[in-house]
Amino acid sequence: MPVTVSMRVNGTALTREVEPHTLLVRFLRESLGLTGTHVGCDTSQCGACVVHVDGLSVKSCTMLAVQADGAEILTIEGLAATDGTLHPVQAAFREHHGLQCGYCTPGMVMSAVDLLRVNPDPDEAEIRHWLEGNLCRCTGYHGIVTAVLDAAARLRATPRTPGESAV
Amino acid sequence: MYAFDYCRVAAADEAIRALREAEDGSFLAGGMTLIPILKQRLARPTVLIDLSGIVVLGGIGEDEQGLILGALATHAEVAASPLVRRVIPGLAEMAAGIGDPQVRHRGTLGGSLANNDPVADYPAAMLALDATIRTDRRAIAADDFFTGLFETALAPDELIMAVHVPVPDLFAYRKFPNPASRYAMAGVAVAVTGKGVRVAVTGAGLSGVFRMTAMEEALAADFRPEALDAVPVPAGQMNEDLHGSAAYRAHLVTVMAKRALAAAR
Ligand SMILES: Cc1cc2nc3c(=O)[nH]c(=O)nc-3n(C[C@H](O)[C@H](O)[C@H](O)COP(=O)(O)OP(=O)(O)OC[C@H]3O[C@@H](n4cnc5c(N)ncnc54)[C@H](O)[C@@H]3O)c2cc1C
Ligand code: FES
Ligand code: FES
Repeated sequence: MPVTVSMRVNGTALTREVEPHTLLVRFLRESLGLTGTHVGCDTSQCGACVVHVDGLSVKSCTMLAVQADGAEILTIEGLAATDGTLHPVQAAFREHHGLQCGYCTPGMVMSAVDLLRVNPDPDEAEIRHWLEGNLCRCTGYHGIVTAVLDAAARLRATPRTPGESAV
Repeated sequence: MYAFDYCRVAAADEAIRALREAEDGSFLAGGMTLIPILKQRLARPTVLIDLSGIVVLGGIGEDEQGLILGALATHAEVAASPLVRRVIPGLAEMAAGIGDPQVRHRGTLGGSLANNDPVADYPAAMLALDATIRTDRRAIAADDFFTGLFETALAPDELIMAVHVPVPDLFAYRKFPNPASRYAMAGVAVAVTGKGVRVAVTGAGLSGVFRMTAMEEALAADFRPEALDAVPVPAGQMNEDLHGSAAYRAHLVTVMAKRALAAAR
């Protein structure tokens, strides 16, 4: 039986009917057209699907849309400012070759933003440990780690809340 | 995924009633085990009963005996809890080593214990710590709770409410994680309490988590890592799969036990 859910996605309140077995990632991509969130595996291991639910990074492929009823969701689309200025983590990924094919990037970025919330000054080992649930087949992670280190420095210089201008 | 119905309940008795009324219901906590199972079509419940709205299942507190961890306490909450870090730092450290941050943000203590995955971390920690699992109807000692691979003493409609953890003098857990899944290839928890030394092993045994009494006896006499050199770990009781042979796992058990011992505080 379909269930009615209400949530805020990237600052916009919405109400929809969903089937209980609809995964959050599928809801975001197919019902809302937010295809920035990717699906890279069937085993909850790759992290391509990471979004924030009530401020915490989670794997949207391992959560039902009904479980997000009442929640505040932030996806990669909600990270940049409304004028298109990239979030410092996005900008740093671009500058430091933190991506090649880009498939893992939305999840990597959302996970990294969450890390910098709990730990604004991580060292390399802490970054690698935090990104354990985000797999990248291209970069070898070096550029990603450099990007996160640089983004952390920029954010410490000028703190900013993710999606603040999108909300 | 197969289709199913979904309901969210606000109280424990409501959850149990919903489960009894369902043809084939299943409680849903963090979903970090259940949803992958559903995605692989390894189970086909008719209804999922979401526990996340049951306020009394959450929270982390203490009484004279020790810590009281709510069934819905997430791995991230246990890892970050100032109380847990002060009272049983090794338990917070164990929780911080489960899976990855996204798994820790949703996965719960109750779900991990109810699932009793033979490679999960919490079962070993709770068995070594001599914890008591409180359900809607009784209290079950960890020694009686874990009954086999993915098997527990829980009745099908029984709900874990909280876990009581007596404060040990010393505790640590060390695992050799599978580099892909982060689950334990072998994990050993060592606790010293007023009643003695307890050693519990996960990830390695043929029938799931177990107490390694030979190590407990050796350590009661001589609480040093070297004391474990003389304790044989029978490979015949170890699991063998594509990740490692039984002999390799038996070796890992001793190494992890020594590391846990060295880290115990
Ligand atoms: C990528 C990945 C890596 C992981 N790595 C590790 C790891 O390194 N170590 C580790 O230990 N675990 C690991 N896990 C498993 C994780 O810890 C899960 O959170 C845990 O096993 C289940 O908790 P849950 O809250 O998600 O339970 P759910 O998936 O919601 O439920 C699991 C089972 O428990 C039952 N249940 C849930 N709550 C209760 C309750 N209160 N009373 C009775 N029954 C209940 C459900 O009905 C279901 O059968 C990993 C998972 C993933 C996806
Ligand atoms: S798609 Fe979610 S973890 Fe791989
Ligand atoms: S950039 Fe291709 S998977 Fe990471």
